[in-house]
Amino acid sequence: MPAHSTPSQTVGPFFSIGFDWMIRRDVAEGSPGERVTIHGRMLDGNGQPIPDAVLEIWQADAEGRYHHPEHADSQRETTPFFGFGRVPTDEHGQFSFTTIKPGPVPGPDGKPQAPHLQISIFMRGLLRQLVTRVYFPDDPRNDSDMVLQLVPQSRRATLIARQSTPTENTLEWNVCLQGTDETVFFDC
Amino acid sequence: MKSLQGYWKSAPGTQPNHLHPPYVSSIKRAPKYPPIPIPVTLSEITGPSFPKNIVSPNAFDLTRQHTAKPLGERIVVSGRVTDEDGRPIRHTLVEIWQANAAGRYLHKNDQHDAPLDPNFTGEGRLFTDEDGRYRFITVRPGAYPWKNHYNAWRPQHIHFSLFGPAFATRLVTQMYFPGDPLLEFDPIFQSVLDESARRRLISSFDWLGTEPDLALGFRFDIVLRGRSAMPMEP
Repeated sequence: MPAHSTPSQTVGPFFSIGFDWMIRRDVAEGSPGERVTIHGRMLDGNGQPIPDAVLEIWQADAEGRYHHPEHADSQRETTPFFGFGRVPTDEHGQFSFTTIKPGPVPGPDGKPQAPHLQISIFMRGLLRQLVTRVYFPDDPRNDSDMVLQLVPQSRRATLIARQSTPTENTLEWNVCLQGTDETVFFDC
Repeated sequence: MKSLQGYWKSAPGTQPNHLHPPYVSSIKRAPKYPPIPIPVTLSEITGPSFPKNIVSPNAFDLTRQHTAKPLGERIVVSGRVTDEDGRPIRHTLVEIWQANAAGRYLHKNDQHDAPLDPNFTGEGRLFTDEDGRYRFITVRPGAYPWKNHYNAWRPQHIHFSLFGPAFATRLVTQMYFPGDPLLEFDPIFQSVLDESARRRLISSFDWLGTEPDLALGFRFDIVLRGRSAMPMEP
């Protein structure tokens, strides 16, 4: 390793100037699969909504393929932005995006990982991004997922979206930065 | 399937901790639990690759987005994006945003009593070239006050956002200017505890990048995470 990576710094309060041109609330535009809307709230250590955060999403397609050269056999027809989303929180700390449920992607131990979304979170007050995952409710593959198994049982629920009323294809997933329901974040 | 090559771990102090109490906003926003280490999977080593046509070829020049030219000292900011193994990061998206020359952002929440510039938005973007190089034209941003502590001022800076080849290489940072007396007092800059790492956030005056009769040059090279030679154990 001849060079060290450049240190991260916060996005600060005014990142929308640089980020808004690429807001993408439809992560899987034009791609086949089970459509699902995921919404939630971002809360700080006082339980107060965070109105100035942004989430970025990265995911595989319905067959569990990342549209990226590292995933062999990804020479399929692809829309330019497929799998990437960027959504800010609103003045109530709420966010929402629409996508498809991805298929299972391979894990390093040869077993498939349970379907999941990769999430990066940026905001004023965060000196570097937080990295987490969203899993899907009632998916039997969650029980054998390699990453979920590294998380203490008592905290796993923070990574699994919940069925939300009124419609079947709407899921709720909240992000708590601190407190008893603090979301699990990863270091990879 | 074999274990995938993991990313280099950052040396202690070379990346900020989430909690840095002198930066007051971090106190209620930094998680209390340490992040859980996980092995890299395809989910981390892949990431979005954007088509070049999403960025206007003129979006690198922040001084030509309006009918007239912005006020302030025109500068050229250029550099090279590589990974920790020295390989160029080709064709990757770089987004920047900044205050105008008076130290005011074009944002509804910026209440600093300094003038907006009708000829300056403060956003730019481009893709790095074949060799990982980039070049923006802009104006030198002003310092501005903030509420973190008594008489707090942010040093002059430009925000940078880079994607790199993978989800795990995503980086958002800030570029500072050489000799800025405010750096010593800035809790965001000082959140990087290692002094040599901190210095890597400061651009250098760039004689070769300086354009005669046009603009001073500043050079800011950026290093994204690279994958170590040793495969990670699952």
